[in-house]
Amino acid sequence: MADNPKSMSIIVTKGSLDWAYPPFILATTAAAMDVKVTMFFTFYGLELLKKKLDLQVSPLGNPAMKMPMAGMHMAMPNLVGMLPGVDAAATVMMKNMIKKKGVASIEDLRMAAVESDVKMIACQMTMDLFEYKMEDMIEGPVLGGAASWVDLATKSDINLFI
Amino acid sequence: MADKTLDAKGLNCPLPILRAKKAINEISPGQTLEVLATDPGAVADFAAFCRTTGNELVESGQTGNVYRFVIKKT
Repeated sequence: MADNPKSMSIIVTKGSLDWAYPPFILATTAAAMDVKVTMFFTFYGLELLKKKLDLQVSPLGNPAMKMPMAGMHMAMPNLVGMLPGVDAAATVMMKNMIKKKGVASIEDLRMAAVESDVKMIACQMTMDLFEYKMEDMIEGPVLGGAASWVDLATKSDINLFI
Repeated sequence: MADKTLDAKGLNCPLPILRAKKAINEISPGQTLEVLATDPGAVADFAAFCRTTGNELVESGQTGNVYRFVIKKT
């Protein structure tokens, strides 16, 4: 263990299945590399702290999201993406790919983050705005606001906004 | 012969690194950890992991599609 560990903060703003990966991958990897990590969850990012995760991915408005169909990888036209059930189907498809390719689940990465002492801050204002309750969230996160993040950001070697 | 072996074959980023960190925590300084992986990104990642953590990458090689790393805990 390094005597003077580096530190990193990540602002987590998105709560879809695909966008849940970058912050948790970077946080767990940095922690494994003896970097002190703090994650600040705000707006839709707070969804990632819920005890029971039900993350979805949407091809709507995302032309870069290609899905394996009929032996090829195809982007979904927005007109099709709007149909009921498409998000659910895309989510099932992505979860199958995740399993097949040996990619960790968000639940596993989140548990790894908690176990490796990644500090988590839940944005008080968004909690209030969305009427979220701490008892719906996993154990570990503390409440905080913008000042908490600014304070730690001024002392962090790396600050990311995802 | 390494003191401990971690089979991370079939696992994708960042799992080989996370499992390796866990395994390193279970050995003593001076002991070695052997990691087997199939993720091609692991070659650059284990070098980076060792540079940052100060552990020593003693060996980095490939047999077929399996990458093998030996890390000495400092």
